[in-house]
Amino acid sequence: MIPLQHYLIVAAALFAIGTIGVLVKRNMITMFMCIELMLNAVNLTFIAFARYWGKIDGQIFVFFVMTVAAAEATVGLAIIVAIYRNRETLNVDDANSMKW
Amino acid sequence: MMLASFLFYFFAATALLSGLNVVLQKKTVNSALSLIVCLCALSMLYIQLDATFIAVIQIIIYAGAIMVLFLFVIMLLSTQSESLPRALNVNYVAIPLGILLAIVIGQAALSYKTATAEMAAPSDISAVGTELFSNYLLPFEATSILILVAVLGAVILAKKNP
Repeated sequence: MIPLQHYLIVAAALFAIGTIGVLVKRNMITMFMCIELMLNAVNLTFIAFARYWGKIDGQIFVFFVMTVAAAEATVGLAIIVAIYRNRETLNVDDANSMKW
Repeated sequence: MMLASFLFYFFAATALLSGLNVVLQKKTVNSALSLIVCLCALSMLYIQLDATFIAVIQIIIYAGAIMVLFLFVIMLLSTQSESLPRALNVNYVAIPLGILLAIVIGQAALSYKTATAEMAAPSDISAVGTELFSNYLLPFEATSILILVAVLGAVILAKKNP
């Protein structure tokens, strides 16, 4: 049996990779995919704890996280398409008019 | 026993390397494809954790539906390679901070003492369904409203002249 800590460390590394990606990348779609990576790292933590505590609730939460991720991807990609239609760019540094 | 730990380390390494590849690739399509590899490797880890329903859902919804949506948008917008580095160079700050984040979370994971010995989890699909439609019925119904709102929002946002 693999120790719980190994799963948690994999999840932590995956979450950090996603965070670095969001901070470093400038392409909106790539940043969005890095957010999906962070969500999946959290899902791995949920499943690992659900297994090791013998409870089913962690799996239910992963189910809800996936639903929210699907809704988020739909709306977020629609926003990206709208931004591209108006500004002809996917670079987040060019879409900073809400920043003063 | 041997096989289980070999499979865990193999798929964990696959997930981490392909996750790293998502960040390292220049082209958006390559990032999306390696994200699909990462999601499939994670679903193999879920199978090892006896969460077969979530593993199947992971492949069907994440790798099947969400990533196809991503690929559609990438093809629709025909993005070129990653644009020039930004004016304020944030990489030298972001990468050490990200590594620090990994160390902090990993330290918390290592210091976690497993409270009880492992128990047999009632994790087949019928247990998930029973729990979902008894204790979590209200959140489950709320997600249907969430999805409806998301669909309406996406249609309105992507319309030609809003």
